Amino acid sequence: MTTFALMVLGAPTSSQTPHTALAFARAAVQAGHRIVRIFFFHDGVQCGNQLLIPPAGQQPMSAQWSEFAQRNQIDLVVCVASALKRGVLDHSEAQRYDKAANLQSGFDLSGLGQWIEACALADRVVTFGA
Amino acid sequence: MLHTINKSPYADASLDECLRVCDGDDVILLIEDAVYAALTGSVWSARLTTSAKAVYVLRPDAAARGMANRIAANIGTVDYVGFVQLCCDNLAIQSWY
Amino acid sequence: MNTKRYLIVCRRPPYGESYAREALDVALAAAAFEQSVALLFLGDGVAQLLTTQESAAIDEKSLEKQLGALPLYDVNEIYVDAAALRERGFTASDLSLPARVLEYETITALLQRADIVLNF
Repeated sequence: MTTFALMVLGAPTSSQTPHTALAFARAAVQAGHRIVRIFFFHDGVQCGNQLLIPPAGQQPMSAQWSEFAQRNQIDLVVCVASALKRGVLDHSEAQRYDKAANLQSGFDLSGLGQWIEACALADRVVTFGA
Repeated sequence: MLHTINKSPYADASLDECLRVCDGDDVILLIEDAVYAALTGSVWSARLTTSAKAVYVLRPDAAARGMANRIAANIGTVDYVGFVQLCCDNLAIQSWY
Repeated sequence: MNTKRYLIVCRRPPYGESYAREALDVALAAAAFEQSVALLFLGDGVAQLLTTQESAAIDEKSLEKQLGALPLYDVNEIYVDAAALRERGFTASDLSLPARVLEYETITALLQRADIVLNF
């Protein structure tokens, strides 16, 4: 068994990256490996935006990640600095800035320290660039 | 070391830069739009196979783009299980995008 | 926390995209957690180090100044792609940080020594 830390940099609205990363994560879990944490950085924070409406027949990316992570007990962390700039807010940030929250349940907003910690714990680090 | 590239070499410098600095014992995996680098007879497929120990394309990405039967003979194909295994086999994974 | 050797590869020019700034955020975060951090400016990334940036002209904060924070975080291993400098007509004296200028063979060896390589 190998442990992985994954970084996702692309938004579902403009790149294939989130799809690639999710397919990789599913294959890793199926092969018996463990994913320490998935960190959403740069435009990747849009993976946690529950307001994105995909074309008919497609499941929202935020829900797909959330279900996958819940089933396999994987930490989904959205970079707070990247997220605020791009309008992805959890309840406490929404309250602070007097806006509506839109972060899908199952994702946490946190800092880059979470990524560095995941890298320290994992055997392999894989970036999915956009 | 494993290098993943996800941009077409005809539009972006990612693959060119990767090939400039990669080691002859490294492995290269072409994903997403980088699968166009694997076209039979292309300058890129020739350069790829002389630069790395092994070169693969991610099969679903090649198939989606109509490339399934257009991959150069010396370039292999893997599915996502193979992608994961390549990551296990190499200590570091450098992603060029 | 385990200590790992990070190599942050900065490949983009400043300002056109946000990657240059985000790479710096990752480098500083890794340094704050006492990881071993080196930066390599490769290809177009070498332009991040030019001393003549006037970012106020596009209402941006100076990346050159922000990169100046690296030594304060004890990030002193800074490498630059020699061929990229030559191709663009730049020299080491055009750069804002004391950087080691490396040819491809040395860059290849540098990549192999890192535990974690993050391109931005």
